[in-house]
Amino acid sequence: MSQPTLVFRNPPDWRRLQVLKWVLPALFAVILAFTTYFTVPPDSQGVVLRFGRFSSIEEPGLHFKLPLGIDSVETVPVKRQLKLEFGFGTPGATNARQLSASRRSRDMEKSMVTGDLNAALVEWVVQYRIDDPRSFLFKVRAPEQTLRDLSEAVMREVIGDRTVDEVITTGRQEIEDRALQRLREMATDYELGIKIDQLQLKNVNPPREVQNSFNEVNKAQQDREQMINVANGEYNKVVPRAKGEAEQEISEAEGYKLKRVNEAQGDAAAFTAVLSEYLKAPDVTRKRLYMETMAEVIPGLAGTWIVDDSVTQLLPMVQGKSIGGGK
Amino acid sequence: MKLWIALAGVLLLIVVQLLGGAFYTVHETDTVILTQFGGPVGDPVTDPGLHFKTPFVQKVNRLEKRVLEWDGPATEMPTKDKTYIQVDTFARWRIGDPAQYFVKLRDERSAQSRLEDIIGSEVRTAVAGHELIEVVRSDTTRVTPPEETAEGTTASVLPTAKRGRLELQRDILKAAAPKLATLGIELLDVRIKRVNYNQDVVTNIYRRMISEREQIAQRFRSEGEGEAARINGRRERDLREIESTAYKRVQELRGEADAEATRVYAEAYDKSSEAREFYGFLKTLETYRKILGDRTNVILSTDSEIFRLLEKSN
Repeated sequence: MSQPTLVFRNPPDWRRLQVLKWVLPALFAVILAFTTYFTVPPDSQGVVLRFGRFSSIEEPGLHFKLPLGIDSVETVPVKRQLKLEFGFGTPGATNARQLSASRRSRDMEKSMVTGDLNAALVEWVVQYRIDDPRSFLFKVRAPEQTLRDLSEAVMREVIGDRTVDEVITTGRQEIEDRALQRLREMATDYELGIKIDQLQLKNVNPPREVQNSFNEVNKAQQDREQMINVANGEYNKVVPRAKGEAEQEISEAEGYKLKRVNEAQGDAAAFTAVLSEYLKAPDVTRKRLYMETMAEVIPGLAGTWIVDDSVTQLLPMVQGKSIGGGK
Repeated sequence: MKLWIALAGVLLLIVVQLLGGAFYTVHETDTVILTQFGGPVGDPVTDPGLHFKTPFVQKVNRLEKRVLEWDGPATEMPTKDKTYIQVDTFARWRIGDPAQYFVKLRDERSAQSRLEDIIGSEVRTAVAGHELIEVVRSDTTRVTPPEETAEGTTASVLPTAKRGRLELQRDILKAAAPKLATLGIELLDVRIKRVNYNQDVVTNIYRRMISEREQIAQRFRSEGEGEAARINGRRERDLREIESTAYKRVQELRGEADAEATRVYAEAYDKSSEAREFYGFLKTLETYRKILGDRTNVILSTDSEIFRLLEKSN
């Protein structure tokens, strides 16, 4: 504004001024041109304020505005997925509020008291988007810091209602669900203009000092499974075999039964057949059978003594000579 | 000519200055209080946009219209059951009465320090009046899920709280809000962010946790041993059952076999007196065949059937 007066105060060189007559408006036009447009990046929306009052929301692309500070624009990355990390930090985050700066404050973030008054270390992530840029900019001064604080409060609320075992092992899903629900409620209550997409638990551990005893429990659990498995193995090793062997014995007995009955029936049939023939000539058959047997048996004997039926003093004679002498 | 241009320039500057001093903008996030010679004039301006004032005389003072944060320091304090804990609270507030606020506090720094005094002391009062569990628990109706205790993975059950953290927070808010309202501060919400054990307490807590874990580990081992013993017992039982059942069946089968055979034989041999007699005869002969072997000496009388002729022909 003070530039023209500065020029006029100098000794007037009319030829030079003639040039300035063109340069000054040109310069002014260029400045105007540069302050009358703005671009909104593809992942954002532009909030336009006229004299500080909200006027419109512009979608991505090139837009025009009134120059000289009449209109001002704030771009808000509404489509970008943002996240907050608690108790840990992924290095190289673009968003400074994504994680706590110091290690000590991260340790503080994750340290919690569980519902059974034990201690646990809980790390988690909240993913969110800005879904109402107007609220985001004008309702709360530090929406992201507020979201951080709320997340911590909510997580401790949920952890404070659960036992250390639920927190560390069985209740993860339930904790995530409950905390997400609570955080959504509060984000709406606070009119942060933020939509919470996800809440995920990361590492959940007992404090380092008691870690060993927790591992010991896991080991004991493994031991229990191991002992049961060994016993089951032993069972499976002997019982199926015993079952097979039992079946074998039964099958053999069934075989025995079949054999025994069949043989009996065979014998009986043979006997019945022979009997019917025998009955036709009993005496002759008897004699024949007797003789046949004798003829078969006697040659195979060690000795045969034939004694007249009048001899009565046989025994002394036998004693005098070894019976086995005939061998 | 030169003078005229210089005069015009000065005039323009004055006009611009006047216009600039007569207009001011109110941002969406601001409340403006106009002051004249240090004292506020008129109502606070909350409507965003371009506004008019008396140039030079009136001064624009901007105050935040948005919800503001207060993050208290982590403070150590005892609970009713004399456990020392670190409590970290935060609050949300806004300038509810800009005129009051402007007169009594002027800037945010003094507001923050008053917030700290008042909320800090109310937090102390609330915590000191309750047992630790009341600060930790929120949903007082929640109990340990039954499947947890049934499975035996939990050593401890959730102690019950009568009121819980949410009610404590409400107490603090209710107590602090009126005190802050007189300063033009509208307290919206007080929340406990973190609760942690004090360093001296924490070693005891760890010791308790360790002994709790040991107890669980022992139970697991004993369960394993018990279960193994049960399986081993079942194994022995099943083995004996299988073996004896088989034995029983085998004996039954053999008995049936023998009985059937006996029946069949008897039926054939016992049909008539001739059959009986003939069977006896055959069996005798068969027996001879079996018992008379190469180590037998036989003394036969000439009276016997086979040698009877021997004597007679003599």
